[in-house]
Amino acid sequence: MAILVLAEHDNKELAKATLNTLGAAKQLGGDIHVLVAGANCGSVADAAAKCEGVSKVLKADSVELAHGLAENVAPVIVELAGNYSHILAPATTYGKNILPRAAALLDMQQISEISAVVDADTFARPVYAGNAIATVKSSDKIKFITVRGTTFDPVSATGGSASVEEVSSKGDSGLSTYVGTEATESDRPELTAADIVISGGRGVGSAENFAIIEELADKLGAAVGASRAAVDAGYVPNDYQVGQTGKVVAPDLYMAIGISGAIQHLAGMKDSKVIVAINKDEDAPIFQVADYGLVADLFEAVPELNSKLGK
Amino acid sequence: MKILVPIKRVVDYNVKVRVKSDQSGVELANVKMSVNPFDEIAIEAAVRLKEAGKATEVIAVTIGPEKAQEQLRTALAIGADRAILVKTDAPTDLGGVEPLAVAKALKALVEKESPDLVILGKQAIDDDSNQTGQMLSALLGWSQGTFASKLDIEGNNIKVTREVDGGLETLSLKAPAIITTDLRLNEPRYAKLPDIMKAKKKQLDIIEPAELGVDFTPRLSIVKVEEPPKRQGGGKVASVDELIDKLRNEAKVIS
Ligand SMILES: Cc1cc2nc3c(=O)[nH]c(=O)nc-3n(C[C@H](O)[C@H](O)[C@H](O)COP(=O)(O)OP(=O)(O)OC[C@H]3O[C@@H](n4cnc5c(N)ncnc54)[C@H](O)[C@@H]3O)c2cc1C
Ligand SMILES: Nc1ncnc2c1ncn2[C@@H]1O[C@H](COP(=O)(O)O)[C@@H](O)[C@H]1O
Repeated sequence: MAILVLAEHDNKELAKATLNTLGAAKQLGGDIHVLVAGANCGSVADAAAKCEGVSKVLKADSVELAHGLAENVAPVIVELAGNYSHILAPATTYGKNILPRAAALLDMQQISEISAVVDADTFARPVYAGNAIATVKSSDKIKFITVRGTTFDPVSATGGSASVEEVSSKGDSGLSTYVGTEATESDRPELTAADIVISGGRGVGSAENFAIIEELADKLGAAVGASRAAVDAGYVPNDYQVGQTGKVVAPDLYMAIGISGAIQHLAGMKDSKVIVAINKDEDAPIFQVADYGLVADLFEAVPELNSKLGK
Repeated sequence: MKILVPIKRVVDYNVKVRVKSDQSGVELANVKMSVNPFDEIAIEAAVRLKEAGKATEVIAVTIGPEKAQEQLRTALAIGADRAILVKTDAPTDLGGVEPLAVAKALKALVEKESPDLVILGKQAIDDDSNQTGQMLSALLGWSQGTFASKLDIEGNNIKVTREVDGGLETLSLKAPAIITTDLRLNEPRYAKLPDIMKAKKKQLDIIEPAELGVDFTPRLSIVKVEEPPKRQGGGKVASVDELIDKLRNEAKVIS
């Protein structure tokens, strides 16, 4: 049995979600290969080769693979697929965009966003916004799987010494071209990798008011997240959204401030170790999942927190 | 330009579903059903293109039970011109018609109807798969613009802005193309009563999967469906001081 893991990267660094995906591959057991598809992505291939448990890195290095266009990356996976029993990718926007395209080209039914490996054919995955966990058994020859990062420990990024082998690109499909990226700039930790996440919701009221949430985050070295309502209202960028249809996080500490606790939001944070809720409505559903609920006006409580946490 | 919009009948997003006691699935009896919210956004996007004079016809389609006609009528009320139901009694949430099968049925419909654009939701909120659009794009050999928050169509060229993990990404797609919607693409309108009345008279065709030559046999069998582990919440603190103390000394998550 051999497993292929699709690496997520920006042609310079390996994204951390890849390490969690490798964690899932390790549970399956078997030879683990990593596919790095990009342009001038040698440093990523080298990083992948150092990851714990990886025996081979396949590097497809070509200009049309620079931006991870699904139309160009999927055929590379398809070409290699015959050698593998399982093909895994992180359940990030990168993996979700590419992997189903490759699976369909091979007539395989993907298993999305698994949260546990039961055996080589059987996997658990949350459905209905995490209100149910379905255990499914696949009868497909090649299992295409995306992996929920929060439920698999990352493998170590050091200690491995895999070989790097070149594989060829299948060329430019000519179907789509990359125009540009409007990247969200931040010096804070990445949302899905942070130990502490401070999230604000509609109750925060405006983009300007988000400054107190950001100040708290910076005091604690935390990432900033948000509810859909806060994103829709333009308080924060789209990639801050935590939830069923945004990012899934499970930090040591999650603080939900001015967030009511809709099931779609809970789906993205209820596996956090410790949950704090600050809300002026004592009946807000968020309190039902909070370890420490503070019924208060956030415009009083958050500045007080900021001043008492000092520095 | 003709646009096909696949919509799915799902449990309404306000309903907290219950797992069946025999662990075979979730309870769907007497539960409110709606159009998958992302698909409402897809219909709205298509109808706006028609209103802007860029599209000529909007066709809503669903693969689902007889009752999914209700959701097709909603699409027609928002402004779709006609609708197609591919009727099946198999479940569409779990253990029945899976995204690959849906994509195959949609491919057959695309071959029949020859649309230039298919706009789907990015994700059905029941199975949470996020696959069908990408799969359909693969089967057709078309371009794909997933998780769209902005759409600009100029002739044969489609500019799509995508919500990705690091921010926003813009791609230029060659038509025909597949688009999947994200939440910020638009805010769907509420259908007004006259539109709901008009929708009742619009054409709705019902066809059998066999007419499309598609095999709906699932590849994934459901071993069990369970409740997630319950979280013990409900703890309260009386002040900011108590909160800081608990986080430092009890939970030990801040220093
Ligand atoms: C298809 C679909 C997908 C979705 N996906 C997501 C998702 O991924 N993530 C997500 O978060 N949501 C998602 N939603 C939206 C979700 O249903 C809720 O609408 C949303 O989470 C509400 O955001 P909120 O809690 O910030 O706003 P509200 O529900 O409006 O809550 C605001 C809260 O702030 C409190 N408040 C107000 N002022 C103050 C103050 N001064 N001090 C203290 N508290 C105050 C209020 O008491 C209230 O509880 C989705 C919805 C749909 C239909
Ligand atoms: N049974 C169905 N009938 C019509 N469209 C569907 C069906 N299932 C999924 N879709 C479309 O595919 C999108 C993504 O669904 P999924 O891949 O299941 O998350 C949905 O938002 C719909 O647009």
